[in-house]
Amino acid sequence: MADDKSTGTRVPTVIADEVHIVYRVNGGKTGKGSATAALSRIIRRSESPGVRKVHAVRGVSFTAYRGEAIGLIGSNGSGKSTLLRAIAGLLPPESGKVYTDGQPSLLGVNAALMNDLTGERNVILGGLAMGMSREQIRERYQEIVDFSGINEKGDFITLPMRTYSSGMAARLRFSIAAAKDHDVLMIDEALATGDRKFQKRSEARIRELRKEAGTVFLVSHNNKSIRDTCDRVLWLERGELRMDGPTDEVIKEYEKFTGK
Amino acid sequence: MTAPPSPDDGLSPAELAAKYGLSVSGARPGLAEYVRQLWGRRHFILAFSQAKLTAQYSQAKLGQLWQVATPLLNALVYFLIFGLILKADRGMSREVYVPFLVTGVFVFTFTQNSVMAGVRAISGNLGLVRALHFPRASLPVSFSLQQLQQLLFSMVVLFVVAMSCGSYPQLSWLLIVPVLTLQFLFNSGLALVMARLGSRTPDLAQLMPFVMRTWMYASGVMFSIPVMLKDHPGWIADILQWNPAAIYMDLMRFALIDGYGSENLPPHVWAVALGWAVLVAAGGFVYFWKAEERYGRG
Repeated sequence: MADDKSTGTRVPTVIADEVHIVYRVNGGKTGKGSATAALSRIIRRSESPGVRKVHAVRGVSFTAYRGEAIGLIGSNGSGKSTLLRAIAGLLPPESGKVYTDGQPSLLGVNAALMNDLTGERNVILGGLAMGMSREQIRERYQEIVDFSGINEKGDFITLPMRTYSSGMAARLRFSIAAAKDHDVLMIDEALATGDRKFQKRSEARIRELRKEAGTVFLVSHNNKSIRDTCDRVLWLERGELRMDGPTDEVIKEYEKFTGK
Repeated sequence: MTAPPSPDDGLSPAELAAKYGLSVSGARPGLAEYVRQLWGRRHFILAFSQAKLTAQYSQAKLGQLWQVATPLLNALVYFLIFGLILKADRGMSREVYVPFLVTGVFVFTFTQNSVMAGVRAISGNLGLVRALHFPRASLPVSFSLQQLQQLLFSMVVLFVVAMSCGSYPQLSWLLIVPVLTLQFLFNSGLALVMARLGSRTPDLAQLMPFVMRTWMYASGVMFSIPVMLKDHPGWIADILQWNPAAIYMDLMRFALIDGYGSENLPPHVWAVALGWAVLVAAGGFVYFWKAEERYGRG
Protein backbone atom coordinates (compact mmCIF):
# COMPACT_ATOMS: atom_id res chain seq x y z
CA MET A 1 0.00 0.00 0.00
CA ALA A 2 1.29 3.45 -0.86
CA ASP A 3 2.32 5.62 2.03
CA ASP A 4 0.79 8.97 1.19
CA LYS A 5 1.80 10.99 4.21
CA SER A 6 2.98 13.73 1.86
CA THR A 7 -0.49 14.35 0.41
CA GLY A 8 -2.01 14.72 3.87
CA THR A 9 -4.44 11.81 3.68
CA ARG A 10 -4.11 9.51 6.61
CA VAL A 11 -3.97 5.78 5.96
CA PRO A 12 -5.81 3.69 8.52
CA THR A 13 -4.00 0.59 9.76
CA VAL A 14 -6.35 -0.63 12.47
CA ILE A 15 -10.12 -0.11 12.62
CA ALA A 16 -12.13 -1.33 15.60
CA ASP A 17 -15.88 -1.35 15.02
CA GLU A 18 -18.09 -1.77 18.12
CA VAL A 19 -15.91 -4.51 19.60
CA HIS A 20 -17.33 -6.56 22.47
CA ILE A 21 -15.30 -9.25 24.18
CA VAL A 22 -16.70 -11.76 26.62
CA TYR A 23 -14.62 -14.24 28.62
CA ARG A 24 -16.23 -17.48 29.71
CA VAL A 25 -14.86 -18.88 32.94
CA ASN A 26 -15.48 -22.50 33.87
CA GLY A 27 -16.18 -23.24 37.49
CA GLY A 28 -16.23 -19.60 38.48
CA LYS A 29 -19.74 -19.83 39.83
CA THR A 30 -20.13 -19.99 43.56
CA GLY A 31 -22.82 -22.14 45.12
CA LYS A 32 -24.57 -24.94 43.20
CA GLY A 33 -21.14 -26.42 42.69
CA SER A 34 -22.06 -29.95 43.71
CA ALA A 35 -21.58 -32.87 41.35
CA THR A 36 -25.31 -33.56 41.07
CA ALA A 37 -26.03 -29.94 40.20
CA ALA A 38 -23.38 -30.04 37.49
CA LEU A 39 -24.79 -33.29 36.15
CA SER A 40 -28.34 -31.99 36.02
CA ARG A 41 -27.18 -28.88 34.21
CA ILE A 42 -25.43 -31.02 31.60
CA ILE A 43 -28.48 -33.25 31.19
CA ARG A 44 -30.83 -30.28 30.83
CA ARG A 45 -28.34 -28.79 28.35
CA SER A 46 -28.86 -25.40 29.89
CA GLU A 47 -27.01 -22.50 28.30
CA SER A 48 -24.33 -22.01 30.90
CA PRO A 49 -23.33 -25.13 32.82
CA GLY A 50 -21.28 -23.57 35.58
CA VAL A 51 -19.92 -20.94 33.22
CA ARG A 52 -19.61 -17.34 34.28
CA LYS A 53 -19.36 -14.61 31.72
CA VAL A 54 -17.04 -11.64 32.08
CA HIS A 55 -17.80 -8.79 29.71
CA ALA A 56 -14.28 -7.36 29.42
CA VAL A 57 -14.63 -4.93 26.50
CA ARG A 58 -17.91 -3.18 25.74
CA GLY A 59 -18.38 -1.62 22.34
CA VAL A 60 -15.03 0.03 21.66
CA SER A 61 -14.59 1.80 18.31
CA PHE A 62 -11.57 3.70 17.02
CA THR A 63 -9.40 4.08 13.94
CA ALA A 64 -5.62 4.06 14.14
CA TYR A 65 -3.48 5.54 11.37
CA ARG A 66 -0.05 4.83 9.97
CA GLY A 67 2.77 6.43 11.92
CA GLU A 68 0.81 6.85 15.14
CA ALA A 69 1.96 5.70 18.53
CA ILE A 70 -1.08 5.07 20.69
CA GLY A 71 -1.03 4.64 24.44
CA LEU A 72 -3.67 2.63 26.28
CA ILE A 73 -4.37 3.67 29.85
CA GLY A 74 -6.92 2.75 32.49
CA SER A 75 -7.03 1.15 35.92
CA ASN A 76 -6.31 -2.55 36.45
CA GLY A 77 -8.87 -4.82 34.84
CA SER A 78 -10.23 -2.14 32.53
CA GLY A 79 -9.72 -4.31 29.46
CA LYS A 80 -6.51 -2.88 27.99
CA SER A 81 -4.67 -6.14 27.43
CA THR A 82 -7.83 -7.84 26.27
CA LEU A 83 -8.36 -5.15 23.64
CA LEU A 84 -4.79 -5.58 22.41
CA ARG A 85 -5.34 -9.30 22.02
CA ALA A 86 -8.49 -8.68 20.02
CA ILE A 87 -6.61 -6.30 17.69
CA ALA A 88 -3.95 -8.96 17.25
CA GLY A 89 -6.70 -11.38 16.27
CA LEU A 90 -5.81 -13.68 19.16
CA LEU A 91 -9.07 -13.29 21.05
CA PRO A 92 -12.08 -13.40 18.77
CA PRO A 93 -14.60 -10.62 19.54
CA GLU A 94 -18.07 -11.65 20.70
CA SER A 95 -19.56 -9.07 18.35
CA GLY A 96 -18.17 -6.26 16.24
CA LYS A 97 -15.12 -6.43 14.02
CA VAL A 98 -11.46 -5.50 13.98
CA TYR A 99 -9.94 -4.67 10.59
CA THR A 100 -6.17 -4.53 10.25
CA ASP A 101 -3.51 -3.91 7.65
CA GLY A 102 -1.27 -6.95 7.65
CA GLN A 103 -0.73 -9.00 10.77
CA PRO A 104 -0.48 -7.06 14.03
CA SER A 105 1.78 -8.72 16.55
CA LEU A 106 1.94 -8.65 20.28
CA LEU A 107 5.38 -8.15 21.73
CA GLY A 108 5.75 -11.24 23.84
CA VAL A 109 6.97 -14.79 23.41
CA ASN A 110 6.94 -15.80 27.07
CA ALA A 111 4.44 -18.56 26.50
CA ALA A 112 6.55 -20.32 23.88
CA LEU A 113 9.68 -20.52 25.99
CA MET A 114 10.45 -23.49 28.24
CA ASN A 115 12.25 -23.12 31.53
CA ASP A 116 13.87 -26.54 31.25
CA LEU A 117 15.69 -25.67 28.04
CA THR A 118 18.90 -23.72 27.66
CA GLY A 119 18.75 -20.04 26.78
CA GLU A 120 20.28 -20.93 23.43
CA ARG A 121 17.47 -23.29 22.45
CA ASN A 122 14.90 -20.84 23.75
CA VAL A 123 16.19 -18.14 21.43
CA ILE A 124 15.67 -20.49 18.50
CA LEU A 125 12.32 -21.78 19.72
CA GLY A 126 11.00 -18.28 20.46
CA GLY A 127 12.14 -16.99 17.08
CA LEU A 128 10.44 -19.85 15.27
CA ALA A 129 7.28 -19.34 17.33
CA MET A 130 7.17 -15.71 16.20
CA GLY A 131 7.38 -16.87 12.61
CA MET A 132 11.02 -16.12 11.86
CA SER A 133 12.89 -18.47 9.56
CA ARG A 134 15.92 -20.47 10.72
CA GLU A 135 18.21 -18.24 8.63
CA GLN A 136 16.80 -15.05 10.17
CA ILE A 137 17.36 -16.46 13.64
CA ARG A 138 20.91 -17.50 12.80
CA GLU A 139 21.64 -13.97 11.57
CA ARG A 140 20.19 -12.30 14.63
CA TYR A 141 21.28 -14.84 17.23
CA GLN A 142 24.41 -13.03 18.40
CA GLU A 143 22.53 -9.73 18.38
CA ILE A 144 19.82 -11.16 20.65
CA VAL A 145 22.31 -12.64 23.11
CA ASP A 146 24.37 -9.46 23.23
CA PHE A 147 21.29 -7.28 23.68
CA SER A 148 20.04 -9.38 26.59
CA GLY A 149 23.41 -9.07 28.29
CA ILE A 150 22.99 -12.63 29.59
CA ASN A 151 26.58 -13.54 28.85
CA GLU A 152 28.04 -10.48 30.58
CA LYS A 153 28.51 -12.49 33.80
CA GLY A 154 29.70 -15.77 32.33
CA ASP A 155 28.41 -18.31 29.86
CA PHE A 156 24.78 -18.38 30.98
CA ILE A 157 23.18 -18.84 27.59
CA THR A 158 24.07 -22.56 27.60
CA LEU A 159 22.37 -23.12 30.98
CA PRO A 160 18.69 -24.01 31.39
CA MET A 161 16.46 -20.97 31.79
CA ARG A 162 15.23 -22.15 35.19
CA THR A 163 18.66 -21.34 36.58
CA TYR A 164 18.33 -17.66 35.59
CA SER A 165 17.36 -14.95 38.03
CA SER A 166 13.95 -13.44 37.29
CA GLY A 167 15.58 -10.30 35.92
CA MET A 168 17.84 -12.27 33.58
CA ALA A 169 14.93 -14.35 32.29
CA ALA A 170 12.86 -11.21 31.66
CA ARG A 171 15.73 -9.63 29.77
CA LEU A 172 16.18 -12.64 27.54
CA ARG A 173 12.43 -12.78 26.86
CA PHE A 174 12.32 -9.13 25.87
CA SER A 175 15.40 -9.52 23.65
CA ILE A 176 13.86 -12.43 21.78
CA ALA A 177 10.53 -10.65 21.36
CA ALA A 178 12.10 -7.43 20.15
CA ALA A 179 14.24 -9.18 17.54
CA LYS A 180 11.50 -9.24 14.92
CA ASP A 181 10.24 -6.35 12.79
CA HIS A 182 6.49 -5.73 12.82
CA ASP A 183 3.85 -3.82 10.80
CA VAL A 184 1.55 -3.10 13.69
CA LEU A 185 3.27 -3.61 17.01
CA MET A 186 1.63 -3.93 20.42
CA ILE A 187 3.60 -3.67 23.63
CA ASP A 188 2.08 -4.71 26.93
CA GLU A 189 4.00 -3.32 29.93
CA ALA A 190 7.29 -4.48 28.47
CA LEU A 191 9.29 -1.49 29.69
CA ALA A 192 9.21 -2.50 33.33
CA THR A 193 11.71 -5.37 33.03
CA GLY A 194 15.32 -5.53 34.04
CA ASP A 195 17.63 -3.10 35.76
CA ARG A 196 18.01 0.61 34.95
CA LYS A 197 20.66 -0.03 32.32
CA PHE A 198 18.55 -2.61 30.53
CA GLN A 199 15.44 -0.40 30.73
CA LYS A 200 17.28 2.38 28.90
CA ARG A 201 18.40 -0.08 26.25
CA SER A 202 14.90 -1.45 25.76
CA GLU A 203 13.35 2.01 25.51
CA ALA A 204 15.81 2.78 22.72
CA ARG A 205 14.92 -0.49 21.02
CA ILE A 206 11.20 0.32 21.22
CA ARG A 207 11.78 3.71 19.61
CA GLU A 208 13.64 1.87 16.85
CA LEU A 209 10.79 -0.61 16.42
CA ARG A 210 8.39 2.33 16.23
CA LYS A 211 10.30 3.75 13.32
CA GLU A 212 10.09 0.44 11.45
CA ALA A 213 6.50 -0.38 12.40
CA GLY A 214 3.49 1.32 10.89
CA THR A 215 1.61 1.78 14.15
CA VAL A 216 2.54 1.12 17.74
CA PHE A 217 0.21 0.43 20.67
CA LEU A 218 1.63 0.69 24.17
CA VAL A 219 -0.06 -0.40 27.39
CA SER A 220 1.48 1.10 30.49
CA HIS A 221 0.66 2.33 33.96
CA ASN A 222 3.61 4.63 33.78
CA ASN A 223 2.23 7.99 32.60
CA LYS A 224 5.73 9.24 31.96
CA SER A 225 6.62 6.51 29.51
CA ILE A 226 3.28 7.08 27.74
CA ARG A 227 4.05 10.81 27.49
CA ASP A 228 7.53 10.06 26.17
CA THR A 229 6.49 7.65 23.46
CA CYS A 230 2.86 8.27 22.44
CA ASP A 231 1.09 11.06 20.58
CA ARG A 232 -2.43 9.73 21.06
CA VAL A 233 -4.05 8.01 24.03
CA LEU A 234 -7.09 5.76 24.46
CA TRP A 235 -8.48 5.67 27.98
CA LEU A 236 -10.40 2.54 28.86
CA GLU A 237 -12.49 2.23 31.99
CA ARG A 238 -14.65 -0.83 32.80
CA GLY A 239 -14.27 -1.99 29.22
CA GLU A 240 -15.61 1.23 27.74
CA LEU A 241 -13.69 3.80 25.78
CA ARG A 242 -13.87 6.82 28.06
CA MET A 243 -11.66 9.18 26.14
CA ASP A 244 -9.67 9.23 22.88
CA GLY A 245 -7.43 12.15 22.04
CA PRO A 246 -4.00 13.78 22.18
CA THR A 247 -1.76 12.50 24.96
CA ASP A 248 -1.67 15.64 27.13
CA GLU A 249 -5.45 16.16 27.26
CA VAL A 250 -6.28 12.55 28.06
CA ILE A 251 -3.55 12.09 30.66
CA LYS A 252 -4.64 15.30 32.40
CA GLU A 253 -8.21 14.03 32.66
CA TYR A 254 -6.99 10.58 33.72
CA GLU A 255 -4.83 12.05 36.48
CA LYS A 256 -7.79 14.09 37.69
CA PHE A 257 -9.90 10.91 37.71
CA THR A 258 -7.36 8.85 39.63
CA GLY A 259 -6.93 11.72 42.08
CA LYS A 260 -3.30 12.55 41.55
CA MET B 1 -8.66 14.33 17.72
CA THR B 2 -8.43 17.47 15.62
CA ALA B 3 -7.86 15.94 12.22
CA PRO B 4 -8.02 17.86 8.97
CA PRO B 5 -11.22 17.03 7.12
CA SER B 6 -10.61 14.09 4.84
CA PRO B 7 -12.65 12.43 2.10
CA ASP B 8 -13.02 9.41 4.39
CA ASP B 9 -15.18 11.17 6.97
CA GLY B 10 -18.55 9.91 5.81
CA LEU B 11 -17.52 6.28 5.50
CA SER B 12 -18.63 3.53 7.87
CA PRO B 13 -15.83 1.44 9.44
CA ALA B 14 -16.50 -1.45 7.08
CA GLU B 15 -16.38 0.82 4.02
CA LEU B 16 -13.21 2.47 5.27
CA ALA B 17 -11.62 -0.93 5.79
CA ALA B 18 -12.59 -2.00 2.29
CA LYS B 19 -11.22 1.23 0.78
CA TYR B 20 -7.75 0.72 2.24
CA GLY B 21 -7.69 -3.02 1.82
CA LEU B 22 -7.75 -3.92 5.52
CA SER B 23 -8.75 -7.45 6.42
CA VAL B 24 -10.67 -8.77 9.40
CA SER B 25 -8.22 -9.60 12.18
CA GLY B 26 -8.18 -13.23 13.23
CA ALA B 27 -10.40 -14.44 10.39
CA ARG B 28 -10.10 -18.08 9.37
CA PRO B 29 -8.03 -18.57 6.20
CA GLY B 30 -9.21 -20.84 3.39
CA LEU B 31 -8.25 -24.50 3.56
CA ALA B 32 -5.51 -24.30 0.91
CA GLU B 33 -4.06 -21.15 2.49
CA TYR B 34 -4.21 -22.84 5.89
CA VAL B 35 -2.22 -25.81 4.63
CA ARG B 36 0.33 -23.39 3.16
CA GLN B 37 0.64 -21.52 6.47
CA LEU B 38 1.03 -24.78 8.36
CA TRP B 39 3.77 -25.90 5.98
CA GLY B 40 5.48 -22.55 6.53
CA ARG B 41 5.60 -23.34 10.25
CA ARG B 42 7.16 -26.79 9.83
CA HIS B 43 10.39 -25.72 11.52
CA PHE B 44 8.47 -24.45 14.53
CA ILE B 45 6.43 -27.67 14.71
CA LEU B 46 9.59 -29.78 14.70
CA ALA B 47 11.51 -27.56 17.14
CA PHE B 48 8.55 -27.41 19.52
CA SER B 49 8.16 -31.20 19.56
CA GLN B 50 11.87 -31.72 20.16
CA ALA B 51 11.90 -29.09 22.90
CA LYS B 52 8.99 -30.78 24.67
CA LEU B 53 10.73 -34.14 24.39
CA THR B 54 13.98 -32.82 25.85
CA ALA B 55 12.29 -30.80 28.58
CA GLN B 56 10.52 -33.95 29.79
CA TYR B 57 13.58 -35.50 31.45
CA SER B 58 15.84 -32.51 31.87
CA GLN B 59 15.57 -32.49 35.67
CA ALA B 60 16.33 -36.20 36.06
CA LYS B 61 19.85 -37.24 37.00
CA LEU B 62 19.99 -39.88 34.27
CA GLY B 63 18.68 -37.29 31.82
CA GLN B 64 17.85 -38.44 28.31
CA LEU B 65 18.61 -42.07 29.26
CA TRP B 66 15.00 -42.19 30.46
CA GLN B 67 13.83 -41.91 26.86
CA VAL B 68 14.90 -45.56 26.53
CA ALA B 69 14.59 -46.68 30.15
CA THR B 70 10.90 -45.74 30.47
CA PRO B 71 9.64 -47.97 27.62
CA LEU B 72 11.95 -50.76 28.76
CA LEU B 73 10.49 -50.71 32.28
CA ASN B 74 7.00 -50.51 30.79
CA ALA B 75 7.61 -53.63 28.72
CA LEU B 76 9.03 -55.45 31.75
CA VAL B 77 5.93 -54.73 33.85
CA TYR B 78 3.57 -55.97 31.16
CA PHE B 79 5.67 -59.08 30.63
CA LEU B 80 5.67 -59.80 34.36
CA ILE B 81 1.89 -59.55 34.62
CA PHE B 82 0.62 -60.91 31.32
CA GLY B 83 3.46 -63.25 30.39
CA LEU B 84 4.44 -64.77 33.73
CA ILE B 85 1.41 -64.37 36.00
CA LEU B 86 -1.67 -64.43 33.75
CA LYS B 87 -0.11 -66.51 30.95
CA ALA B 88 -2.01 -64.70 28.18
CA ASP B 89 0.38 -66.19 25.61
CA ARG B 90 -2.04 -68.95 24.59
CA GLY B 91 -0.77 -70.88 21.64
CA MET B 92 2.33 -68.72 21.20
CA SER B 93 5.88 -69.69 21.99
CA ARG B 94 7.85 -67.52 24.37
CA GLU B 95 9.99 -66.40 21.36
CA VAL B 96 6.90 -64.96 19.68
CA TYR B 97 4.92 -63.79 22.68
CA VAL B 98 7.52 -61.50 24.26
CA PRO B 99 8.10 -59.35 21.15
CA PHE B 100 4.36 -59.64 20.37
CA LEU B 101 3.51 -58.09 23.74
CA VAL B 102 6.22 -55.44 23.66
CA THR B 103 5.31 -54.35 20.13
CA GLY B 104 1.67 -54.10 21.13
CA VAL B 105 2.42 -51.99 24.19
CA PHE B 106 4.71 -49.57 22.33
CA VAL B 107 2.54 -49.15 19.25
CA PHE B 108 -0.61 -48.62 21.30
CA THR B 109 1.17 -46.19 23.64
CA PHE B 110 1.99 -44.09 20.57
CA THR B 111 -1.71 -43.70 19.74
CA GLN B 112 -2.74 -43.36 23.37
CA ASN B 113 -0.27 -40.58 24.15
CA SER B 114 -1.09 -38.75 20.94
CA VAL B 115 -4.76 -38.70 21.90
CA MET B 116 -4.04 -37.59 25.47
CA ALA B 117 -1.64 -34.86 24.30
CA GLY B 118 -4.19 -33.85 21.66
CA VAL B 119 -6.91 -33.23 24.24
CA ARG B 120 -4.68 -30.76 26.02
CA ALA B 121 -2.99 -29.35 22.92
CA ILE B 122 -5.13 -26.21 22.88
CA SER B 123 -6.65 -26.11 26.36
CA GLY B 124 -3.26 -26.67 28.01
CA ASN B 125 -1.45 -24.09 25.89
CA LEU B 126 -3.89 -21.18 26.04
CA GLY B 127 -1.05 -18.83 26.96
CA LEU B 128 0.70 -19.62 23.70
CA VAL B 129 -2.52 -19.46 21.68
CA ARG B 130 -3.38 -16.07 23.15
CA ALA B 131 0.08 -14.58 22.69
CA LEU B 132 1.27 -15.57 19.23
CA HIS B 133 0.03 -16.11 15.73
CA PHE B 134 0.43 -19.44 14.03
CA PRO B 135 -1.95 -21.98 12.53
CA ARG B 136 -3.33 -23.68 15.63
CA ALA B 137 -3.05 -27.11 13.99
CA SER B 138 0.69 -26.76 14.64
CA LEU B 139 0.11 -27.71 18.27
CA PRO B 140 -1.67 -31.08 17.94
CA VAL B 141 0.57 -32.05 15.01
CA SER B 142 3.62 -31.09 17.04
CA PHE B 143 2.46 -33.21 19.97
CA SER B 144 1.94 -36.25 17.71
CA LEU B 145 5.40 -35.66 16.29
CA GLN B 146 6.78 -35.63 19.82
CA GLN B 147 5.15 -39.00 20.43
CA LEU B 148 6.57 -40.33 17.16
CA GLN B 149 10.09 -39.38 18.30
CA GLN B 150 9.36 -40.99 21.65
CA LEU B 151 8.34 -44.15 19.80
CA LEU B 152 11.58 -44.12 17.81
CA PHE B 153 13.46 -44.34 21.12
CA SER B 154 11.20 -47.22 22.12
CA MET B 155 11.95 -48.94 18.83
CA VAL B 156 15.57 -49.31 19.96
CA VAL B 157 14.32 -51.29 22.96
CA LEU B 158 11.98 -53.22 20.69
CA PHE B 159 14.82 -54.22 18.32
CA VAL B 160 16.85 -55.52 21.24
CA VAL B 161 13.87 -57.50 22.57
CA ALA B 162 13.12 -58.95 19.12
CA MET B 163 16.71 -59.99 18.53
CA SER B 164 17.06 -61.53 21.97
CA CYS B 165 14.01 -63.65 21.09
CA GLY B 166 15.47 -64.89 17.83
CA SER B 167 13.96 -62.45 15.29
CA TYR B 168 16.91 -60.94 13.43
CA PRO B 169 16.90 -57.94 11.06
CA GLN B 170 15.65 -58.93 7.63
CA LEU B 171 14.00 -57.32 4.63
CA SER B 172 10.53 -57.29 6.23
CA TRP B 173 11.82 -54.87 8.88
CA LEU B 174 11.71 -52.20 6.19
CA LEU B 175 7.92 -52.38 6.42
CA ILE B 176 8.25 -50.54 9.74
CA VAL B 177 8.65 -47.28 7.82
CA PRO B 178 5.28 -47.34 6.01
CA VAL B 179 3.55 -48.67 9.12
CA LEU B 180 4.87 -45.82 11.26
CA THR B 181 4.03 -43.25 8.58
CA LEU B 182 0.45 -44.44 8.34
CA GLN B 183 0.06 -44.64 12.10
CA PHE B 184 1.51 -41.15 12.50
CA LEU B 185 -1.03 -39.80 9.99
CA PHE B 186 -3.84 -41.57 11.84
CA ASN B 187 -2.64 -40.31 15.24
CA SER B 188 -2.27 -36.73 14.04
CA GLY B 189 -5.82 -36.76 12.70
CA LEU B 190 -7.09 -38.15 15.97
CA ALA B 191 -5.09 -35.56 17.94
CA LEU B 192 -6.60 -32.77 15.81
CA VAL B 193 -10.12 -34.01 16.52
CA MET B 194 -9.39 -34.35 20.24
CA ALA B 195 -7.77 -30.90 20.32
CA ARG B 196 -10.94 -29.24 19.02
CA LEU B 197 -13.16 -31.25 21.37
CA GLY B 198 -10.81 -30.62 24.30
CA SER B 199 -10.70 -26.88 23.67
CA ARG B 200 -14.47 -26.71 24.18
CA THR B 201 -14.67 -29.34 26.91
CA PRO B 202 -11.48 -29.64 28.97
CA ASP B 203 -13.25 -32.32 31.04
CA LEU B 204 -12.30 -34.79 28.30
CA ALA B 205 -8.80 -34.92 29.81
CA GLN B 206 -10.38 -36.64 32.83
CA LEU B 207 -12.52 -38.98 30.75
CA MET B 208 -10.11 -40.07 28.03
CA PRO B 209 -7.83 -42.33 30.12
CA PHE B 210 -10.78 -44.67 30.66
CA VAL B 211 -11.78 -44.65 27.01
CA MET B 212 -8.20 -45.33 25.98
CA ARG B 213 -7.80 -48.19 28.46
CA THR B 214 -10.97 -49.82 27.15
CA TRP B 215 -9.67 -49.43 23.63
CA MET B 216 -6.35 -50.96 24.63
CA TYR B 217 -7.92 -54.10 26.12
CA ALA B 218 -10.22 -54.45 23.10
CA SER B 219 -7.38 -54.19 20.59
CA GLY B 220 -5.43 -57.27 21.60
CA VAL B 221 -2.35 -55.58 22.99
CA MET B 222 -1.49 -58.53 25.20
CA PHE B 223 -3.36 -61.38 23.51
CA SER B 224 -4.18 -62.59 20.03
CA ILE B 225 -7.75 -61.55 19.16
CA PRO B 226 -8.71 -64.60 16.99
CA VAL B 227 -7.32 -67.06 19.54
CA MET B 228 -8.90 -65.34 22.55
CA LEU B 229 -12.36 -65.02 20.93
CA LYS B 230 -12.56 -68.34 19.12
CA ASP B 231 -15.59 -69.47 21.18
CA HIS B 232 -17.54 -66.30 20.28
CA PRO B 233 -19.31 -65.33 17.03
CA GLY B 234 -16.71 -64.52 14.38
CA TRP B 235 -17.93 -60.97 13.69
CA ILE B 236 -16.82 -59.76 17.11
CA ALA B 237 -13.24 -60.76 16.40
CA ASP B 238 -13.55 -59.26 12.90
CA ILE B 239 -14.61 -55.88 14.25
CA LEU B 240 -11.86 -55.86 16.86
CA GLN B 241 -9.24 -56.84 14.28
CA TRP B 242 -10.29 -54.12 11.84
CA ASN B 243 -9.99 -51.35 14.39
CA PRO B 244 -7.08 -49.09 13.52
CA ALA B 245 -5.07 -49.68 16.70
CA ALA B 246 -5.15 -53.45 16.14
CA ILE B 247 -4.31 -53.05 12.44
CA TYR B 248 -1.15 -51.01 13.07
CA MET B 249 -0.07 -53.29 15.89
CA ASP B 250 -0.50 -56.41 13.77
CA LEU B 251 1.36 -54.92 10.84
CA MET B 252 4.26 -53.97 13.08
CA ARG B 253 4.38 -57.46 14.56
CA PHE B 254 4.23 -58.98 11.10
CA ALA B 255 7.16 -56.81 10.04
CA LEU B 256 9.30 -57.57 13.09
CA ILE B 257 8.62 -61.04 14.40
CA ASP B 258 9.83 -64.14 12.60
CA GLY B 259 7.14 -66.52 13.84
CA TYR B 260 4.25 -64.08 13.26
CA GLY B 261 3.23 -64.71 9.66
CA SER B 262 0.58 -63.24 7.38
CA GLU B 263 -1.95 -65.86 8.54
CA ASN B 264 -2.44 -63.68 11.65
CA LEU B 265 -3.45 -60.63 9.60
CA PRO B 266 -7.01 -59.84 8.50
CA PRO B 267 -7.60 -59.68 4.71
CA HIS B 268 -6.78 -56.42 2.83
CA VAL B 269 -4.82 -55.26 5.84
CA TRP B 270 -2.68 -52.67 3.99
CA ALA B 271 -5.70 -51.12 2.29
CA VAL B 272 -7.46 -50.83 5.65
CA ALA B 273 -4.37 -49.32 7.26
CA LEU B 274 -4.11 -46.75 4.47
CA GLY B 275 -7.85 -46.07 4.54
CA TRP B 276 -7.89 -45.35 8.28
CA ALA B 277 -4.84 -43.09 8.00
CA VAL B 278 -6.16 -40.99 5.10
CA LEU B 279 -9.73 -40.82 6.40
CA VAL B 280 -8.84 -39.77 9.95
CA ALA B 281 -5.98 -37.44 8.97
CA ALA B 282 -7.99 -35.55 6.32
CA GLY B 283 -11.21 -35.56 8.31
CA GLY B 284 -9.48 -34.49 11.51
CA PHE B 285 -7.63 -31.70 9.74
CA VAL B 286 -10.78 -30.23 8.18
CA TYR B 287 -12.70 -30.62 11.44
CA PHE B 288 -9.97 -28.78 13.35
CA TRP B 289 -9.64 -26.02 10.73
CA LYS B 290 -13.38 -25.30 10.85
CA ALA B 291 -13.03 -23.84 14.35
CA GLU B 292 -9.63 -22.17 13.79
CA GLU B 293 -10.77 -18.64 14.66
CA ARG B 294 -12.44 -19.77 17.88
CA TYR B 295 -9.45 -21.33 19.67
CA GLY B 296 -8.33 -19.25 22.60
CA ARG B 297 -11.67 -17.58 23.21
CA GLY B 298 -12.85 -17.10 26.77
